[in-house]
Amino acid sequence: MNLATILVPLVPLVVAVPLLGSAITLALGRRTVTQIAVGVASLTTVALISATLLVLVDQQGPAVVHVGGWQAPWGIVLVVDRLSALMLLVSAVMLLGVLLFAVGQGIIDGDRETPVSIFHPTYLVLAAGLFNAFIAGDLFNLYVGFEMLLSASYVLLTLGGTGARIRAGVTYIVVSLVSSILFLSSIALIYGATGTVTLALLAERIPALPGDVQGILGLMLLLAFSVKAAVFPLSFWLPDSYPTAPAPVTAVFAGLLTKVGVYAILRTQTLLFPSNPFQVPLLIVAALTMLIGILGALAQADIKRLLSFTLVSHIGYLIFGIAIGTPLALAATIFYVVHHISVQTTLFLSAGLIERVGGTTSLARLGGMLKAAPVVAVLFFIGAMNLGGIPPFSGFLGKFALFQAGAQLGTPLAWAVIGAGAATSLLTLYALARAWNMAFWRPRREVENYDSAMLDRLTDDPHDDGTVVTKTVSRLMVGATAGLLVLTIGLTVFAGPVFDFAARAAADIEAPSDYVDAVFPGGTP
Amino acid sequence: MSASLTLVVVMAVLYAAGVYIMLERSLTRVLIGFVLVGNATNLLIFIMSGRPGSSPIITGTASDADMVDPVPQILMLTAIVINFGVTALILALVYRAWWLAQLGDEGDTLTDEHAAETASSAEQDFRSSADDDAAVRASLDASDHDDAGDRDDPDDHDDPDDYDHDDGAPTRPGNTDAAR
Repeated sequence: MNLATILVPLVPLVVAVPLLGSAITLALGRRTVTQIAVGVASLTTVALISATLLVLVDQQGPAVVHVGGWQAPWGIVLVVDRLSALMLLVSAVMLLGVLLFAVGQGIIDGDRETPVSIFHPTYLVLAAGLFNAFIAGDLFNLYVGFEMLLSASYVLLTLGGTGARIRAGVTYIVVSLVSSILFLSSIALIYGATGTVTLALLAERIPALPGDVQGILGLMLLLAFSVKAAVFPLSFWLPDSYPTAPAPVTAVFAGLLTKVGVYAILRTQTLLFPSNPFQVPLLIVAALTMLIGILGALAQADIKRLLSFTLVSHIGYLIFGIAIGTPLALAATIFYVVHHISVQTTLFLSAGLIERVGGTTSLARLGGMLKAAPVVAVLFFIGAMNLGGIPPFSGFLGKFALFQAGAQLGTPLAWAVIGAGAATSLLTLYALARAWNMAFWRPRREVENYDSAMLDRLTDDPHDDGTVVTKTVSRLMVGATAGLLVLTIGLTVFAGPVFDFAARAAADIEAPSDYVDAVFPGGTP
Repeated sequence: MSASLTLVVVMAVLYAAGVYIMLERSLTRVLIGFVLVGNATNLLIFIMSGRPGSSPIITGTASDADMVDPVPQILMLTAIVINFGVTALILALVYRAWWLAQLGDEGDTLTDEHAAETASSAEQDFRSSADDDAAVRASLDASDHDDAGDRDDPDDHDDPDDYDHDDGAPTRPGNTDAAR
């Protein structure tokens, strides 16, 4: 049996299955159990397909599907190379884990908050948009993928329509709209300059353009994606909008939505602008993203806001790797993306557990959680140490590889960014260790009138009204969080094979000729 | 590539006006700004197809050289559909924000995020859409006594965003206050 006959139907299925699932769950709005079954089944199917694609693509090279039989550059082309397959697999597994968490929360709340009946269809549309963005072989399809996941995220963020969520949602939606318009305008200009939107063809035509035109087009794309990836100074919207959403939604946003922006930057900068024209500005921006983000995290008393700021700060590492642009740096970036998606999702889910057990996420009012919920304490602790970059966890390995690549570049600016990265890593550890200390280790009776230099200058969540409402935690919620945590530990244990795969994926995108040859087997038109 | 100067000027005016209106605080104006900027972008895509020509794809009517480039038109159509969907979503959001404002909640008009929230837990904020509609109708009646006919608008009753199972959601205090 020819390999193409296996691959060709599989690739579009990663988008079609969640969309179909979304339609079914929307039609069965009143049957919660069926909705859950369909949602879990769709995402499991996509995870299995992605795993198959990962293995096949690793052996055989990129899988290319010309949708509807129209050849590129006239038709829509879907391309799965190693990077896409890895992103597909990781995001499908994360989405599945978070869905189980949400289901657990919905069951124990008697279906009060999440998952409400609109949750499942929207969540699956978000998944389809994500997968579409990862397999898009042309810029416009990438835009469509972005719009799908953004529209779904608008709904998920304002789920329930409370005053706080509408306000947070407005910031998020307006910022996203502006970045989408910018992206669309740059697609129009790129089409005007080159006459195509197919990435493989653009990889040949954009480097042939005059330098200043290339600069403008590259900068517009970079700005549009930087808003989505929350790169400083375009990251201001994130800490205000993410924490207000329900815990599972925040976890998915934090883990995956910013990483789609990073993926788009990685894809376009390596494929379309191989000369790396923005290295110096990107290095500066990477250092600023790390430092400003983590300094924001240090000032937060609310765990969810603290985590949102660390999220922004660690995007800086990814931008650092993209800015260096060597094969080692790109491999480290890909490894770090996988690490960061899994660990950030796990931490936000743990924060969701803390919110339920402790009744609040404010460090000023949490205490004695180690006795109350030892499992949650362990979950949050391991995630925090991993994010902080304690050896031997994957966070340490990823950062180490990035610093090594930076040292190989060897410019003073690269060394400065390495310094900023090391400082950020230590400050992350400090911020998270303090949070764990206050919430878990501090005895409950000391919470009243607690006097500490560690706490008195922290800002609390502006929407926090000071209430403490504890709720029970279901086994499914703890199980889903623990399962994702085991995956992050798996990234540490199997760091060697994963990093080797990342290195092969980096070699793919470093030398785009394979990508171009796969899309145009007979040479570009 | 050649382009119509009129289209370029119209596009520039739409962009300028749209960005200016989007900078306003009011969500409705942001929406109007978004519609203008979105249409300006659609025009930008259209301009990229170059000089006008005969209809594309249909062979036999004109030589290939006379045909207009069809790809920007396809991109534009897709972009129009996406803009339409997003506009509808923001309209729903504007409606919700207005509804919250009617309840005496801060809504979207309050600019200061640090102002105190009304003390209500997340559970109390979740109401059925029937309660939404009742409160909206009540506030409409309160503001405009002449227009009683609007009460029986059938569209008010089937809100597709029905995330509730009609088991008597607790309404928060502000809701009933506004209804009176």
